[in-house]
Amino acid sequence: MTAPATNRPGIVEDLPVLTRKDFVSDQEVRWCPGCGDYSILAQMQKMLPALRIPRENIVFISGIGCSSRFPYYVETFGFHSIHGRALTLATGLKTARPELTVFVVTGDGDGLSIGGNHLLHAMRRNVDLNVILFNNRIYGLTKGQFSPTSEFGKVTKSSPYGTTETPLNPLRIALAAGATFAARTIDRDTKHLEDTLYQATQHKGTSFVEVYQNCNIFNDGAFSAFTDKEVRQERMVYLEDGAPLRFGNDREHGIRLNGFTPEVVQNASDDDGLFVHDAGVANPMLANILVGMDYPAYPVPVGIFRKVQAPSFDELVAHQVDDAMAKGKGDLGELLRSGETWEVS
Amino acid sequence: MTTESPARTERAVESLERVTIRFAGDSGDGMQLTGTQFTKTSAVFGNDLATFPDIPAEIRAPTGSLPGVSGFQLSFASTDIRTPGDSPDVLVAMNPAALKVNIGDLRPGGLLIVDEDEFNPTNLKKAAYAVNPLEDGSLAGFQVVRINITRQNELALEGSPLNAKDKFRSRNFYALGLILWLYGRSMDTTVKWANEQFRRRPDVLEANLNALRAGYNFGETTELFHHRYEVAPATVAPGLYRHVSGNEATAMGFVAASVLSGLPLFYGSYPITPASDILHELSKMKNFGIKTFQAEDEIAAIGSAIGAAYGGHLGLTGTSGPGLALKSEALNLAVMTELPLVVVDVQRAGPSTGMPTKTEQSDLLQAMYGRNGDSSVCIIAPATPADCFFMAIEAFRIALKYMVPVIFLSDGYIGNGSEPWRIPDVDDLPRIEHSYAAKQEGEFNPYKRDPMTLARPWAVPGQAGFEHRIGGIEKSGQSGDISYDPQNHHTMTLARAERVARIVQDIPPLEVLGPKSGDLLVLGWGGTHGALTSAAENARKQGKSVASAHLRYLNPFPANLGEVLSNYKKVLIPELNTGQLSMLIRAKFLVDAAGFNKIAGQPFKITEVEGKIDEMLGLTGPYNLKFGPASVLGGG
Repeated sequence: MTAPATNRPGIVEDLPVLTRKDFVSDQEVRWCPGCGDYSILAQMQKMLPALRIPRENIVFISGIGCSSRFPYYVETFGFHSIHGRALTLATGLKTARPELTVFVVTGDGDGLSIGGNHLLHAMRRNVDLNVILFNNRIYGLTKGQFSPTSEFGKVTKSSPYGTTETPLNPLRIALAAGATFAARTIDRDTKHLEDTLYQATQHKGTSFVEVYQNCNIFNDGAFSAFTDKEVRQERMVYLEDGAPLRFGNDREHGIRLNGFTPEVVQNASDDDGLFVHDAGVANPMLANILVGMDYPAYPVPVGIFRKVQAPSFDELVAHQVDDAMAKGKGDLGELLRSGETWEVS
Repeated sequence: MTTESPARTERAVESLERVTIRFAGDSGDGMQLTGTQFTKTSAVFGNDLATFPDIPAEIRAPTGSLPGVSGFQLSFASTDIRTPGDSPDVLVAMNPAALKVNIGDLRPGGLLIVDEDEFNPTNLKKAAYAVNPLEDGSLAGFQVVRINITRQNELALEGSPLNAKDKFRSRNFYALGLILWLYGRSMDTTVKWANEQFRRRPDVLEANLNALRAGYNFGETTELFHHRYEVAPATVAPGLYRHVSGNEATAMGFVAASVLSGLPLFYGSYPITPASDILHELSKMKNFGIKTFQAEDEIAAIGSAIGAAYGGHLGLTGTSGPGLALKSEALNLAVMTELPLVVVDVQRAGPSTGMPTKTEQSDLLQAMYGRNGDSSVCIIAPATPADCFFMAIEAFRIALKYMVPVIFLSDGYIGNGSEPWRIPDVDDLPRIEHSYAAKQEGEFNPYKRDPMTLARPWAVPGQAGFEHRIGGIEKSGQSGDISYDPQNHHTMTLARAERVARIVQDIPPLEVLGPKSGDLLVLGWGGTHGALTSAAENARKQGKSVASAHLRYLNPFPANLGEVLSNYKKVLIPELNTGQLSMLIRAKFLVDAAGFNKIAGQPFKITEVEGKIDEMLGLTGPYNLKFGPASVLGGG
């Protein structure tokens, strides 16, 4: 893991060294045994000490759903809000208190269905938040209805004849809304998960991280076709900035672009002509092409799809206030006496 | 009138105690501006006054059409007044549609000034007049003054580089100039304002000022008016005054709450009529450290305010009725997490979209009960435009002391209406006490309550050692941990209600005007204060045993309300709804209060309330509004 960037707010250089245990709350974790959420919680708690930010300056905010229990288990400030609205609280909190590090924990129902509007607007504003969307392609807490990311035709309790709707691709939504940081990781690759969470915290602006998360009760194995250890190298492609897209047990295969269409190059002997990943390009076109790659036609890309610099909303708001205050702090008496006044004696 | 009389005629001056004028025209005619400028001039002159803008919902309905008519009524007086007047003494109608919509309100014998040029076949047709009303004798009961305002204005602007359409838009300044002359008012305030407003558009400035002077001079030279009128300054308490609308006062009150508490203000809002002006005002005031957030929707607006309150700032959101409905789930989150949140509802006529630009008091029960579960919040309501300032400070004083959401129920009538305001001395305003959580013995318990107020501690991010988790799930009474324990839910539900009930120890008793006991108490709340108080006062002047009291605190009610109610033989509760306060009073105090209910999108007229008072006293038979009987809870 790389050293933390020092331009992040809230870093305390001489903070006593914190460990994973410092971020474990006294609450009993109540997810179903075997749930992918455990891994995300564990990697988060492992990652947090590296931020060198005191616990009291970190806030986890969630909505409703299995994932949204997350804040109870982390020993920081936490707010378990209402369905779909975590981002609204987070936006208010971060705008009022830009020095805080704010995480939003949401799911495919909470973040893309009932709270979809807020996700769009948080990302277009580029509020400096770390949004972790647990995508298990099912409604778990309400016991097994299809979600906005469930595949077309999926049979669930509320779709016994199969769904008749097309799923959303969360990262496509993120790119369309202008997300300055968009990444995907999986619950089963703990190292990649921890590193992706860390990278998200190092980005100023909205960091959107989709985590493919297995719900072993209502949608078991939703991603196992490509996340199982035996097939992972063959069926997923790990995005690395500046490197060509390669996958396979020996990284022997590659991806190249034919116009706007990605093509798998079996046994690509050299890197010539392979798609070289660059998360930092301003135009989200290439990221969009990557986002469209899915199993089985392609290996599933994970990693950081997009990471570009732009001023964050909270920072811009703070600057306007600072500028106005620098020109002359408001005086209540003067405000009350503004406009036309007259004296009665 | 096509020629100006060259000779300036001395006119008789008649002194009046009070005059009510309504300016009416097409929504593009600038009637709000005309009314506002006359208001400012009268305010600076020293009259007491009250205004009532009546704005169409359509931004630009078809020109000349009936739905496009915009009106601005103001009443100014040499005495203390509380309402913008029942019936105008003067109506300025800039086109036939404006005449048609407003003539029914003009008092018999009142002065009607019309722009005769606009009474052409096209406009008459748009206003659905088969015959020109200026010709058919239908206006015989009024003093009609027909002026070629459009032509006169064109002549005055000869040589101006403006095109014909822009010249036409200056007609309102012509009308304003004329009325300023008629009431012996100076043009100075308007000239000063126009110089500032149009400083980047010198052609427009020159045209408007020429039109203004032309109108003024026309009054002076024409023989159309036999009299000029004067309304002497009112005798009011000494001090520095300004003119303030309810929404302006609300915004300044929240700025004051920030200054008085030393806490930064965060305002999250989604634009909605008639509350948007609060967003406009607060977004200008960044030099007070205020952050405003125009959210993507009503829910995001309240969510962001809750986030700011959680962060230790003053969390404020504002809306109107439909928006309050959207906010109700999030408001309950603030109820459950016991955060100091203030929600402004500038009420408008409902249900659903209703009539956005028209006033009503029909969100009281929504504020009281419009949420799932047993959910009690504090509710307060300003009584007048200027009172909005003080009640905004009250809202945060209570929210912070009791860690409770407070709903501030304003309405379109006082939000857009205005009155002169004696500017308070900042040093006289009460400081707002608050504190963040202090170290407790042992573990920090976020739901450990203050024994007096039952408020929980406000532990905000950044406070080391106070890391804790809260949320919408039921909390364990001390630790704040999730709890499904039956006893705990029972206790917590009662504790949340009791905490709101205890606010009673911190609010003033209900004041009664008039006899301390007697035949009738007129009880009201919110924006109807002016009409109700004046009607009761008029009744007393006629020797009737009538008192009035006005509730500014609706949950909890002032401690003495039950006793006050018991001191009168009858209780009358006039409301601009179907009887919402009546229902609360009857349920809580088992008093046979009679409702008097107007659901017309318009404020009460004093005479309407007087009519009902006489009925209640048995002096007349049943009194009905022109809209018909309107009570669901006793009385007519």
